Amino acid sequence: MLEIEIDGKPLQVEEGKMLIEAAHAAGIYIPHFCYHKKLSIAANCRMCLVEIEKAPKPMPACATPVAKGMKVFTHSALAVKAQKDVMEFLLMNHPLDCPICDQGGECQLQDLAVGYGSSAARFQEEKRVVSNKNLGALVATDMTRCINCTRCVRFTQEIAGLMELGQAFRGDRAEIMSFVEKTVDSELSGNIIDLCPVGALTSKPFRFSARTWEMARRKSVSPHDGLGSNLIVQTQHDRVKRVLPLENEQLNECWLSDKERFSYEGLNSTERLTRPMVKQGGKWQEVDWNVALDYAAHALRDVAKNHGAAEIGMLVSPHATLEEMTLAAKLTHGIGSKNIDFRLRQADFSADGKRKGTPWLGMKVAELNTLDRVLVVGSFLRKDHPLLAQRLRQAAKKGAQISLVHSAQDDLLIKLFAQATVAPSQLPTQLAEVVKAVAALKGVAADPALAKVGAGGTASAGSAANQETAQKIAASLVAGSKAAVLLGNFAQQHPQAALLNALAQQLAGLLGAKFGFLGEAANSVGGYVAGAIPAADGMNAAAMLAAPRKLYLLLGAEPEFDCADGMRAMAALQQASSVIALSSYKSAAALDYADVLLPVSPFSETSGTFINTEGRVQSFYAVVKPQDETRPAWKVLRVLGNILELDGFNYESSEQVRDELLGGKTDFVTGLDNAIDAMAKEIPTAAAGIERIADVPIHFADALVRRASSLQATADASVPSARINAATLAKLGVAAGDMVKVGAGGLATLLARLDDGVPDNCVRVAAAHASTVGLGPMFATLTVERA
Amino acid sequence: MAILEAINPTLTAGWHQPDLRDMNRDTGWRLKDYEARGGYQALKKVISDKLSQDQVIAEVKTSVLRGRGGAGFPTGLKWSFMPKGAPEKYIVCNTDEGEPGTFKDRDIMRLDPHSVIEGMIIAGYAVGATRGYNYIHGEVYELYQRFEEALDEARAAGYLGKNVLGAGFDFDLFAHQGYGAYICGEETALLESIEGKKGQPRYKPPFPANVGLYGKPTTINNTESLASIPYILRSGGQSFLDLGKPNNGGTKLFSVSGHVNKPGNFEVPMGTPFATLLEMAGGVRAGRKLKAVIPGGSSAPVLPADLIMDCTLDYDSIAKAGSMLGSGAVIVMDETVCMVQALERLSWFYYEESCGQCTPCREGTGWLYKVIHRIEHGLGRPEDIDLLNDVAGNIMGRTICALGDAAALPVRSFVKHFRSEFEYHIEHKKCLVPRDVQKAGSTFHTRLMAGALC
Repeated sequence: MLEIEIDGKPLQVEEGKMLIEAAHAAGIYIPHFCYHKKLSIAANCRMCLVEIEKAPKPMPACATPVAKGMKVFTHSALAVKAQKDVMEFLLMNHPLDCPICDQGGECQLQDLAVGYGSSAARFQEEKRVVSNKNLGALVATDMTRCINCTRCVRFTQEIAGLMELGQAFRGDRAEIMSFVEKTVDSELSGNIIDLCPVGALTSKPFRFSARTWEMARRKSVSPHDGLGSNLIVQTQHDRVKRVLPLENEQLNECWLSDKERFSYEGLNSTERLTRPMVKQGGKWQEVDWNVALDYAAHALRDVAKNHGAAEIGMLVSPHATLEEMTLAAKLTHGIGSKNIDFRLRQADFSADGKRKGTPWLGMKVAELNTLDRVLVVGSFLRKDHPLLAQRLRQAAKKGAQISLVHSAQDDLLIKLFAQATVAPSQLPTQLAEVVKAVAALKGVAADPALAKVGAGGTASAGSAANQETAQKIAASLVAGSKAAVLLGNFAQQHPQAALLNALAQQLAGLLGAKFGFLGEAANSVGGYVAGAIPAADGMNAAAMLAAPRKLYLLLGAEPEFDCADGMRAMAALQQASSVIALSSYKSAAALDYADVLLPVSPFSETSGTFINTEGRVQSFYAVVKPQDETRPAWKVLRVLGNILELDGFNYESSEQVRDELLGGKTDFVTGLDNAIDAMAKEIPTAAAGIERIADVPIHFADALVRRASSLQATADASVPSARINAATLAKLGVAAGDMVKVGAGGLATLLARLDDGVPDNCVRVAAAHASTVGLGPMFATLTVERA
Repeated sequence: MAILEAINPTLTAGWHQPDLRDMNRDTGWRLKDYEARGGYQALKKVISDKLSQDQVIAEVKTSVLRGRGGAGFPTGLKWSFMPKGAPEKYIVCNTDEGEPGTFKDRDIMRLDPHSVIEGMIIAGYAVGATRGYNYIHGEVYELYQRFEEALDEARAAGYLGKNVLGAGFDFDLFAHQGYGAYICGEETALLESIEGKKGQPRYKPPFPANVGLYGKPTTINNTESLASIPYILRSGGQSFLDLGKPNNGGTKLFSVSGHVNKPGNFEVPMGTPFATLLEMAGGVRAGRKLKAVIPGGSSAPVLPADLIMDCTLDYDSIAKAGSMLGSGAVIVMDETVCMVQALERLSWFYYEESCGQCTPCREGTGWLYKVIHRIEHGLGRPEDIDLLNDVAGNIMGRTICALGDAAALPVRSFVKHFRSEFEYHIEHKKCLVPRDVQKAGSTFHTRLMAGALC
């Protein structure tokens, strides 16, 4: 610690800190534009010039490290003159078009100009004009307003991982632009809107629709991935106008992924279901709530009575709130069924009954940055978990060795230490190779179950290169002091998910490392806590669809997109005598298979709780009133329970549901444990034929984001194609650019594209999209022929 | 240009004259010629006398060789800032000679490239760098090519590469061609440019001696500084210092341009009276009266005739007169010059060359130019002169690098010494110097009329 003095105030400051950090920590504000605590120091705006005793000229506080005994004056005549002079330079070419600028009212330049600007301009020459750039569907540009602080440039380079923006040209001709007419395609691109201290970069979906002071600011929690980013939702006239990050250093820091930021458009979608509807004689009719609920209760009673309650299945979206899940489970059990599940994209349930607890991240989110060795298994990390990937990117920059075992080679924009890309069926083999290699390095006898793997074994079809990579990864992991093994969505959806879990467990045990799951959805942990999983003799999500039920209850789920096998899900729902859907949307599919549509609130119109992937309990309130006749799902379930005369449905509030479940605990849940007992490790042999690699593209992943129109116009939401490597294309006799018929359970006709990141004998076809639903399961062997 | 005359030459001794018809006919720059005039003896002496790194640095400190690029920072002291024991260090030669009026490094590179190579090897040895880069200005591509040839010769002779002359240290040297941006002559922008990035200065600290090229400790010296090293090691630092005057060691090249009879490069000892240099350059042409001199390249403040005629050519004397010796580029202006027009041209240069990174320079240089342009074109307002002074003052000392100061200093000095011309311009919407006098004095005009190639 050093002693310094700022504006006469003696301070103790950590060595190596910059003056501006020391000042801000002490509550002394120094005006600035280019400085941002999460970005590298540019010192280019010069707004933070301050006077330092004995220094001959004013120094930028953002780039001047504290030194012992330093005396700093942030408001002295010299400092203020320097700051005002800089402000004059900044404003001379600025258009001063605040009345028509979307940044008005939340503009750093505007705010600081009040304090440091002059009321009259000395600059009498013609002002500079800069042409606008097309950065894509999300970020609008008014580049004449740009003050060249380069925050956006540094963000794309340092946080998002790819320098998609740069400063071209020199002097006052300097312009921020993307690389030769490219758009900014980062899944984190929206953050540059927040970072821009002027109105040069504004939100394309939001701009011109409201002023910041006209809107209410409400806290909320992101309903998308397992991170549970904290949100500020801005609302006006009971409509969500936009979403901003609520800073939480433990979770999203000051960032949001584009999905979290722009998915609100789906809240105001024209597809919103706002009135209860029932299908009578093949015709849909809007009805009153009591009619619809009676209808639903009657159907439930009828099936339970005539076919047995086991014929009733409840499919819950993993994005539903904890309270909704709790009541859904209660309702299912109340009517005598044990068939409930929220793990809709999961294919392997063999770990059920063997789990020691609720699967979770295995550590706190913030710990990710402190790891020095990480093995990620089966994850489209950057698109599935944009901000967790960002944390690992920062860890890698600090020297952490990050390795990936996966079936795709999408650029994670993280400096990977090693990467093995194998066919889906080979994922367990590859992981087993790593386990074996680590055991060998540790001098521990390998699990006999893994004997078949690798050299001399029979199970492995792993190439020499992949075996070598396994050795490399093992050596890296063993050398670390803080290692972790992370299983991604792909590993959780894998047909041998339990085996992968067991192998990861074994690997972590050998290493003394942590292992965990990257939670796919907002309530991937909450679903277990709420008991939205089948009891021992109940049916899980896959079983309910494989052996079709007579009646399905859907809570927020769109099974055609949200289930592991959309085609099978559709078939099961279509054959059912009754489908009761609690949903925020009326999709064409739901209108086809459902009999009752009950309009329930999306996260913005209900109170509720998400438990994030680290087990953090995050409750939130409704930010707007439910649209029209929409009602919070927990209330709908409660009333349904009442109508069915079930016990224990007399809750007054969602908090009551939560508190009863969690015993009043409101920080972190207990019972988190990734271990599974006595798992037989039967390493499968390689699949014969062509295998499907199915990713769930970022903007197709849940019902809300699928209806966010601006996100649907981004590169990340492009129509799925059949991506095949050159060798496999040749083997199949197909050329890139051909239309191909891909078949598994069903058929899909897709454009074949060359992608050398796809392993041999594999075709990558995205799931969760209308064009590929007909194909069938996410993991399958396929036929491919020219259409 | 060429080396026209010298007093006690150390750098240019034995140089051949350039062939003005075709550079390919130049003689005397090759390795054998350089060796014949004592080249690489300094390096051999360092090796045979087993001089330690510290001894080499001490010798350079003794010589009081001050950086010839313009700032005049003592070279030996700069070398001593390099951390000992760092595994990877660099030495970089700054041949990005872009300062208007300066053309000395061009002649060194053209007529004596091996002196730079030898200087860099010795510098590399002294600071413990095993790799060097010579960053060569983009508009002298043929010199880049020549330097590559010289490097080949040096490599073949064992002066470069692994185990230099069997002495047990490695040194490799590479030429890097710039693209003509003035800002890349700023040492940290130069490093960025070598790294393949946009040439923009870095904020200092950290200084290059700690975090330089590719993040490694780096020393950057001017071409002339490095070319002076062989003499210092060969003849001793004291002998070099004795050539000049205390605190201003050695001889220096001066590029004299403008309204003199014999423009060109001259090598004179530090401390030589300005009048002597002016005389060597043939005096002011056509017997006209000297009006002003920019003594150290375009960013140095202008000095009116009476002030400069009292100066001697060394860092201290010129600093005392209110300007800088800078790179030794002496721009001579006679009575036919309109100072407003001259400043307009200079300001346009800095406006063009500002990198655009930091606010005061990015915005201020354009503002200065636009106001001066207005005054020159009869649209000036009385308050403009104070505005110029003030805007220039608001740029100075507020920027990341020295380009801001470089743009502001001429403005402030022109306004200070020639305020009446600016006032006349604003009041009468024309020059104080009559148009026909200006026209008669224009070198460009007379040369063009004579059918000469510019």
